[in-house]
Amino acid sequence: MAQKRLGKQTIKLSNPPSMLSAAAVVGPKEGEGPLSQYFDMIQKDDYFGQDSWEKAESKFVEEAVKRAISKSGVSITAIDYMLAGDLLNQIISSSFAARTLQIPFLGVYGACSTMAESLSIGSMIIDGGYADHVICATSSHFSSAERQYRFPLEQGVQRPPFAQWTVTGSGATVLSSTGNGPYITCITTGKVIDFGIKDANNMGAAMAPAAVDTLTAHFKETGRAPGYYDLIVTGDLATIGKEITLELLQKEGLDLKNNYNDCGCMIFDNEKQDTHSGGSGCGCSASVLNGYLYNMLKHGELKRLLFVATGALLSPTSAWQGESIPCIAHAVAIETTLSEVQ
Amino acid sequence: MKTKMSPNEYEKFIKDKMPKPKLLSNAIKAFIVGGLICDVGQFITNWLKGMGLNQEQVSAGTAIIMVFLGAFFTGLGLYDKLGKFAGAGSIVPITGFSNSIVSPAMEFKREGFVFGVGARMFVIAGPVLVYGISTSVLVGIIYFLFFI
Amino acid sequence: MDYIRAFIVGGLICVVGQILMDKTKLTPARVLVIFVTSGVILQGIGIYQKLVDIGGAGATIPLPGFGYSLAKGAIKGVKESGIIGAFTGGITATAGGVAGAIVFGYMMAILFNPRSKR
Repeated sequence: MAQKRLGKQTIKLSNPPSMLSAAAVVGPKEGEGPLSQYFDMIQKDDYFGQDSWEKAESKFVEEAVKRAISKSGVSITAIDYMLAGDLLNQIISSSFAARTLQIPFLGVYGACSTMAESLSIGSMIIDGGYADHVICATSSHFSSAERQYRFPLEQGVQRPPFAQWTVTGSGATVLSSTGNGPYITCITTGKVIDFGIKDANNMGAAMAPAAVDTLTAHFKETGRAPGYYDLIVTGDLATIGKEITLELLQKEGLDLKNNYNDCGCMIFDNEKQDTHSGGSGCGCSASVLNGYLYNMLKHGELKRLLFVATGALLSPTSAWQGESIPCIAHAVAIETTLSEVQ
Repeated sequence: MKTKMSPNEYEKFIKDKMPKPKLLSNAIKAFIVGGLICDVGQFITNWLKGMGLNQEQVSAGTAIIMVFLGAFFTGLGLYDKLGKFAGAGSIVPITGFSNSIVSPAMEFKREGFVFGVGARMFVIAGPVLVYGISTSVLVGIIYFLFFI
Repeated sequence: MDYIRAFIVGGLICVVGQILMDKTKLTPARVLVIFVTSGVILQGIGIYQKLVDIGGAGATIPLPGFGYSLAKGAIKGVKESGIIGAFTGGITATAGGVAGAIVFGYMMAILFNPRSKR
């Protein structure tokens, strides 16, 4: 086995890259939520001065990337790779932003797990010695996602009570080979898991088994107990998915009741903001990680974080053809100090 | 992960965790809004009758005006809010049919006026017309074969 | 009095739609297709006319009413011009509503832009 591998799905970075800086740019609704003070920019106009939702989403990516880079103090020309992806067909938000930014670009797709996926690959590139600075980004936009996956905005339909609200926003992280942390120490790459859910409104229930699968693999292969982490967050399972995840984890003999939360439950106030089950979309975990969680890590309020972004790998075509929803989750361990004894 | 569940088992496992739609309150809202929209239709019907139009003109006129109202309130951005409250109460009346034409037309304007507005207009209305018209032709043919 | 009857009949038809949407996994588009088709069939066997006699606009404004007009038109067409009428009758009877929806739909698309939900 390759020497940096801990097991079938998990690797340990021997030169853990540092999260040099992070930025989160969100839309108006997210800016009214409980995490508003942690975002770098709250864009009041969700068209972002553009004339289409897709262009607006691309602008969100561009802005988050620019802000993260300027906070890092590294010049944009010193960024070796941009790893980004989003929900739109052929990941246009990311590639169109990359067109403007002119950073060598690798497009990635993992639906809403993209933030963890880009951090994973970025860390490996740095650890492998192929880059000093990598920017990882992702985005989603409520209106562009609605028109691609669901209904036109002006159509008068009711959302089911278990539906989730796609977050408008983008998050970006600058990873660096040098720096004082927080460090990315371990990565568990998920397998595609499908428990047969077909209802595209029921994402939380569809993705929960994938999160559970990756979490169990992570604990098994690292030998860490859930209590090792101050906080374990999943990407966008929202209220219902969170509950299912906890129960499934219990079946696996893992108790996460005290240190587990979900970004989809954190970003909105479901009661006040009428977001039903909670937030979803690539931008959900990305903005919570790069806004709120990064702040907590920087200020020492969190020391060990396990970030598990979850993604539903369906497409409108597969949904119309009645296919069930394959899901994935990637775990990234982020720690403020490097302990040699593990 | 040790847990293995078939789709059916998983469906059962999550069933009691899924919040149910509030059927009673939804039905009451649908009843009231649907009823009121029909009363608007009744008012227009009565008004057109009062102007001395014949029965066919009245029903066509009512349909045209109701469709206009549905389209107009969709354009103003109000019909989606009504729909969120009323559910089927604003989907089932002909104003909802109109909403289903106008909303994709507006949404896909950016894709151009031929393949955007022109083509997308019928994403929902298209199937309604296809099945409605086909069945009516069938009814006509059956009537022709057995009753004429 | 006709307002009360329209309210009740129209409201009840919408309640049926609500139950279909909440209790089954039918999307609004499927509910509309089912409603139009059942309106055509119910008129084809002569039942829907009775509902229209009671409810007036309460029965004609909901989508089954559109199906009713299609079927009524087709039968009328057959009576007037034979088998050709089966094809022309339905659309003739509903031409106003359909043309209206197309024209107004196009107009609104030009005039307005979609707004994000809050």
